[in-house]
Amino acid sequence: MQPHLSWDLVEDVRQMLAFPFMVNALRAGTLVAVVAGAIGWVMVLRRQSFAGHTLAVVGFPGAAAAIWLGVATGWGYYGACIASALVIAALPPSARRGGLGGFGEESALIGTVQAFALACGFLFVSLYHGFLSGLTNLLFGTISGVTGTQVQVLLLAALPCLVVLAVLGRPLLFASIDPDLAGARGVPVRLVGALFLLMLAVAAAGTSQITGSLLVFALLVTPAATAHRLTARPALGVGLSVGFALVASWVGMTVAFYSPYPIGFWVTTVTFAGYLLATGWRLAADRVGQRRRPGSAVASAAARGMPA
Amino acid sequence: MSGNPGQLRVDAVGPVSDSAAALPAPAVELTDVAARLGGHRVFSYVTLTVRPGEFVALLGPNGAGKSTLLKVILGLVGHTTGTVTVLGAPAGRRNRAIGYLPQRHAFDADTRIRGIDIVRLGLDGHRWGTPVPLLSRLLRPAHHRQAGQRLAEVIDLVGAGAYARRPIGQCSGGEQQRLLIAQALIRRPELLILDEPLDSLDVPSQAGISALIQDICRTQRVAVLMVAHDVNPILPYLDQVIYLARGGAVMGRPAEVITSDTLTTLYGTPVDVLRDRAGRLVVVGQPDAPAHHPGPSR
Amino acid sequence: MSGLAALGVLRTGGHDPASGLAHMLSHPFIVHALVAGTAVAAVCGLAGYFVVLRGQVFAGDALGHVAYTGALAALAAGIDPRLGLFAATIAVGFGLGLLGGRGAANDVAIGTIFAWVLGLGVFFLAYYTTHASTGNSTANVTVLFGSIFGLSAGAAATAALIAVGLTALLLLIGRPLMFATLDPAVAVAAGVPVRLLGPLFLALVGATAAEATQVIGALLLLGLLAAPAAAAQHLTDRPWTGLWLSAGLAVTSVWAGVTITYAAPRIPASFAIIAVATALYATALLTPRLRAGPGRTTIRPGAASPDPSRAAAAGRSASGGRDAVSDGRDLGRPRGRPAGGRRRPAAAAAGGPR
Repeated sequence: MQPHLSWDLVEDVRQMLAFPFMVNALRAGTLVAVVAGAIGWVMVLRRQSFAGHTLAVVGFPGAAAAIWLGVATGWGYYGACIASALVIAALPPSARRGGLGGFGEESALIGTVQAFALACGFLFVSLYHGFLSGLTNLLFGTISGVTGTQVQVLLLAALPCLVVLAVLGRPLLFASIDPDLAGARGVPVRLVGALFLLMLAVAAAGTSQITGSLLVFALLVTPAATAHRLTARPALGVGLSVGFALVASWVGMTVAFYSPYPIGFWVTTVTFAGYLLATGWRLAADRVGQRRRPGSAVASAAARGMPA
Repeated sequence: MSGNPGQLRVDAVGPVSDSAAALPAPAVELTDVAARLGGHRVFSYVTLTVRPGEFVALLGPNGAGKSTLLKVILGLVGHTTGTVTVLGAPAGRRNRAIGYLPQRHAFDADTRIRGIDIVRLGLDGHRWGTPVPLLSRLLRPAHHRQAGQRLAEVIDLVGAGAYARRPIGQCSGGEQQRLLIAQALIRRPELLILDEPLDSLDVPSQAGISALIQDICRTQRVAVLMVAHDVNPILPYLDQVIYLARGGAVMGRPAEVITSDTLTTLYGTPVDVLRDRAGRLVVVGQPDAPAHHPGPSR
Repeated sequence: MSGLAALGVLRTGGHDPASGLAHMLSHPFIVHALVAGTAVAAVCGLAGYFVVLRGQVFAGDALGHVAYTGALAALAAGIDPRLGLFAATIAVGFGLGLLGGRGAANDVAIGTIFAWVLGLGVFFLAYYTTHASTGNSTANVTVLFGSIFGLSAGAAATAALIAVGLTALLLLIGRPLMFATLDPAVAVAAGVPVRLLGPLFLALVGATAAEATQVIGALLLLGLLAAPAAAAQHLTDRPWTGLWLSAGLAVTSVWAGVTITYAAPRIPASFAIIAVATALYATALLTPRLRAGPGRTTIRPGAASPDPSRAAAAGRSASGGRDAVSDGRDLGRPRGRPAGGRRRPAAAAAGGPR
């Protein structure tokens, strides 16, 4: 049964909201977008995007195991992600890495962990008969499977996350931008980092339930990266990030409702489009600024050479 | 001398060698060479000669084009005017007989490849194919033995025997440079080109490497052309220096070239050469190249 | 009912290993799987060694996503999925190589792009399942997680032949590729076509990823590329030994994985293969370094001090600087290290971006 999109948008939204699963999905999507947008902004600042992705990927075997064992997927998602975050946080600093592609060794380790996690998830799914269709939902997201309980759990997880984020705000920012100086000034950098990893795990687990474990990037990273392209101010940045994530979530869900194509595609496409637009705008703005100040070729070249 | 490019040719100063009759063919000969990189003229009207068995340093301020000049000699960068003859052929043809030590950062500490394997690459790293560890010993024992002998020889030559089998990332800067010099020497080159090899080394290592290079230069009759930004560590070992500036180059014995008069003439601005208590030379007033020189050539 | 029985483990009873092996090999589907699997594993191990050495693991990840989308796009277009698979991975591999082949500078951008590529794959999946006449619902799983036992004799032979061809090509460029990886500037001077080797190699990795997709799937191929290679690099510091060891570990993983699945059919083959590869890697990591020479201290390159206490301090402060990197931050130059003191095996002859 395919609902029909008409020109009367208000009527379309009302029709959509008549379905309880959509209401749940939109509530979940809103919560997830807020948490993912805020935490994602800090994560991109700390250059830990791939830690976030890995944590989300680890959620997949957790959820699959939960289904196999007959419990709610939430246990699996949150359990696996939080456990992994604790493991990463407990590793000595010399063994812990957050980036990708630098030293071949560490990205090989991250790649292996991801592959093994996905393989385990496949094992659990295979052991649980007749769940192969659910495989797509776990990996790429779905709008139709969000229960009221899941929404409640999301709320319960989101609130402390946001509270902790607000409380940690300034020391976290300081420790992210300048860990050595922050440490010297008495900020417990390692503790702050570990707490952030836990929050990241919660955000990743929550986001996985909307976008699927593989496409967490779409809500956790891309809106934040878009915000970073546009401004360097923290408050504005977090606001923009949350805003973009909300737009992507709502638009993605609505379009997914009316089309046969899954939400994972729509959310990634919307956020990617936003990212491209922001990048293009930034490049254009740089060039206009450069033209106004002809003598600053070196400065703008240096600015372009810096990592975005 | 400034502002008139046509007159900035400053040729070799003073007697270049003792007896002109018994001169061996030069390893490197540049005549009136200019080069452009990225649209800018890097240097022009450079004339220099390096003979076998000579230890020659190429000096000059940052951005003067020293690394570019080495690349011209290697045929990696084209030259717009003049002639370049390297080992009797145009630049780039006889690179297999040249040992090249480019300006590199140190190997990452995580690099777990042994130094001896990196030296070995200098021997045949360019040949297609892939070695199978045991097979070469079985199928071509003579070749394998010869390669092994040469490898041991050259590592012994640079004194790296104690740490050649260590992962190269765990060797110190001086140790890495010795291994890399061994790599450059393994094919018995006639010309050795080094780009700032002493850059990140401490003083004792600098002295050691400089002495090693001079030793190789004398005993193996290799022509050595070395780029340096500080002449002091190598001054005692040098036969000739070349000072490079945007307008041209000056070549000759150190005592003749590194003087206030010569350098002032070369750069067209007042440059002083002073000697401190320890006998070290200090060059004051040497202008750096303008800001838009091509980026660090690595 | 014991847990093992739930996994479908056969009661082996009094079988000795030799006859068990012979029994296993008497099944044609096993033989096909091993023929294709061995050849693909060999090229994964060989190519993977260079991928890890060159710090291009991200490319393996990206190519896995592209493999998925390429295969599903082909299915949606109604053509053989392998065509889309190979075309997409080889083209993107070559393109990544042209761009310099190193993604560290802007990993967020790359992650975003390839996350979208994966999302695009899901679009093609939905298109395929809603529009295709023969709605093959297992196609998605096959592409994601491979189907080593689902290979027909013809498909297995094709895969094996292509893998053998890729292996031959890789072995042809092995020495210059190693030279270009470890010492690009000298390699260029020695006449190695470094600028061509980069894209060529990544195109080869793309084809390898396409092959591996058929065996263990687009999502898991990174494991077969990275784990045996990283394990080999841990176990030995001789490059050529490591290269062949990597291939050996990969082939071992496939053989062990297939055997495990044969003995316990409810365990999927791709899981077993990756599990063995991961276990081998973990074992390698736990193996203490065998070459501990006397009095060897980890001296930072550039510190060049023979004094062990200074060296230890330099090692500590340098690792402190690298902690700044490991916390995820990177301002372009790690703190606490000498300005000129870092280098990685750079693929581009133009020199590293830093």
